[in-house]
Amino acid sequence: MFNAVTSSIVRVALLGAVILLSACGTPSQPDGINDPYEVTNRKTHEFNRGIDRIVLRPTSNVYGTVVPEPARNGVANFANNLNQPGNVVNALLQGRIENAGHNTFRFVVNTIFGLGGLLDPATDMGLGDRTTDFGETLYVWGVPEGVYGELPVVGPITERHAAGKVVDLFTNPLRTVLEGPEAAAQGAANVASGFGTRYRLSDTIDSILYESADSYAQSRLIYLQNRRFKLGVDSSGTDLDPFEDPYDSLPLQ
Amino acid sequence: MTHSPFSKPSRRIVLAGLGAGLLATPALALSEAAAKTLVEQAVADINQVISSGKSEGAMINDFERIFARYGDVPTIAISALGPPARAASAAQRSAFTQAFTGYMARKYGKRFREFAGGRIEVKDTRQRSRLIEVRSTAYLPGRSPFNVTFLVSDRSGSDRFVNLLIEGVNLFQTEKVEIGAMLDRRGGNVDALIQDLRSAG
Repeated sequence: MFNAVTSSIVRVALLGAVILLSACGTPSQPDGINDPYEVTNRKTHEFNRGIDRIVLRPTSNVYGTVVPEPARNGVANFANNLNQPGNVVNALLQGRIENAGHNTFRFVVNTIFGLGGLLDPATDMGLGDRTTDFGETLYVWGVPEGVYGELPVVGPITERHAAGKVVDLFTNPLRTVLEGPEAAAQGAANVASGFGTRYRLSDTIDSILYESADSYAQSRLIYLQNRRFKLGVDSSGTDLDPFEDPYDSLPLQ
Repeated sequence: MTHSPFSKPSRRIVLAGLGAGLLATPALALSEAAAKTLVEQAVADINQVISSGKSEGAMINDFERIFARYGDVPTIAISALGPPARAASAAQRSAFTQAFTGYMARKYGKRFREFAGGRIEVKDTRQRSRLIEVRSTAYLPGRSPFNVTFLVSDRSGSDRFVNLLIEGVNLFQTEKVEIGAMLDRRGGNVDALIQDLRSAG
């Protein structure tokens, strides 16, 4: 029963990934933002703002107020640690052997000396966080970014990143090992860690979602800039060129 | 921010650089070392304001001065406004620049508090066409270290910041998009945009 359900999920996910990947062939526009479904995306953005306003923001405020900071950090560390095996798998798939070793040591150190991952002694030892994902693996393999979109609850994303998220449901070996209450604990830690992040970045996220004149355009730009920075994508010559010189775009010359 | 053994002579270099424009002496070519010193000096000034214990309003006034002293504000402002600046009068452009300075100080001054108890370490510098990129790492208590990149230009006649990137998020580009959206909301009316900017942030 369990296996049948798992294999059907795998099949659906792989199908989804294949569809997304084949759609990734769309050439990107010269401005560096490829958003052909903007009208639909803006509707999803309004939906997501509603979800944030009604659920995420109030819940994370309660979480941040009720749970003291050391405990919140513990939960975030715990969730981060349980995701390490997935980072190792992706680093190997990317051919980044050094990162795979780094993440393996990080996992071992934090699990053994960090009370099962609640603490993060690895960072103090110089083994800082090097989170990666299958979206990055696809980038390393040469898969194009695909179009930009905003997904319900997930938020801003590119096709390549979305395909990676689907595959990442299966790249963490711990997910197949953990069952029952342990698997539930991992899921709960991830969710709580998400609330912790929403709380910690509260001022930043509020300013983008609720104080901007066009929160959709701001979210899109910030997501793409940050994602490309993380992956090390070269955006030179586009509207997202990080080294654009404001002098060169002065309108008065 | 710890003082490097070079902080004294380099401060003189910065002041000389700032003075060079005023005295119309041949401007020194912007060196990576001077750009690095400028970043260290600005970070020291910002840290001083954060740890001063002043009220938020007083701190924002201080940030506005720091922003105007270290940043090439007229260039950032007019370039962020983009093509609509061409049709604007000189008075409108100067009013816009002034309103933009206050808006930036309020918007980001509030956020500098998040840097309290942290430090920024300059890592390296690189020439990027006519800009100098100064890469640094910010260490804040209880957070993973993150990248802060300053872009410095001497095209105004003195060494000034023209942009700041945090984990790739580009301050100049995000503000250009934001100013564009604010102007659209006002149907392209620059005076209305200036009014809005005076209370925004």
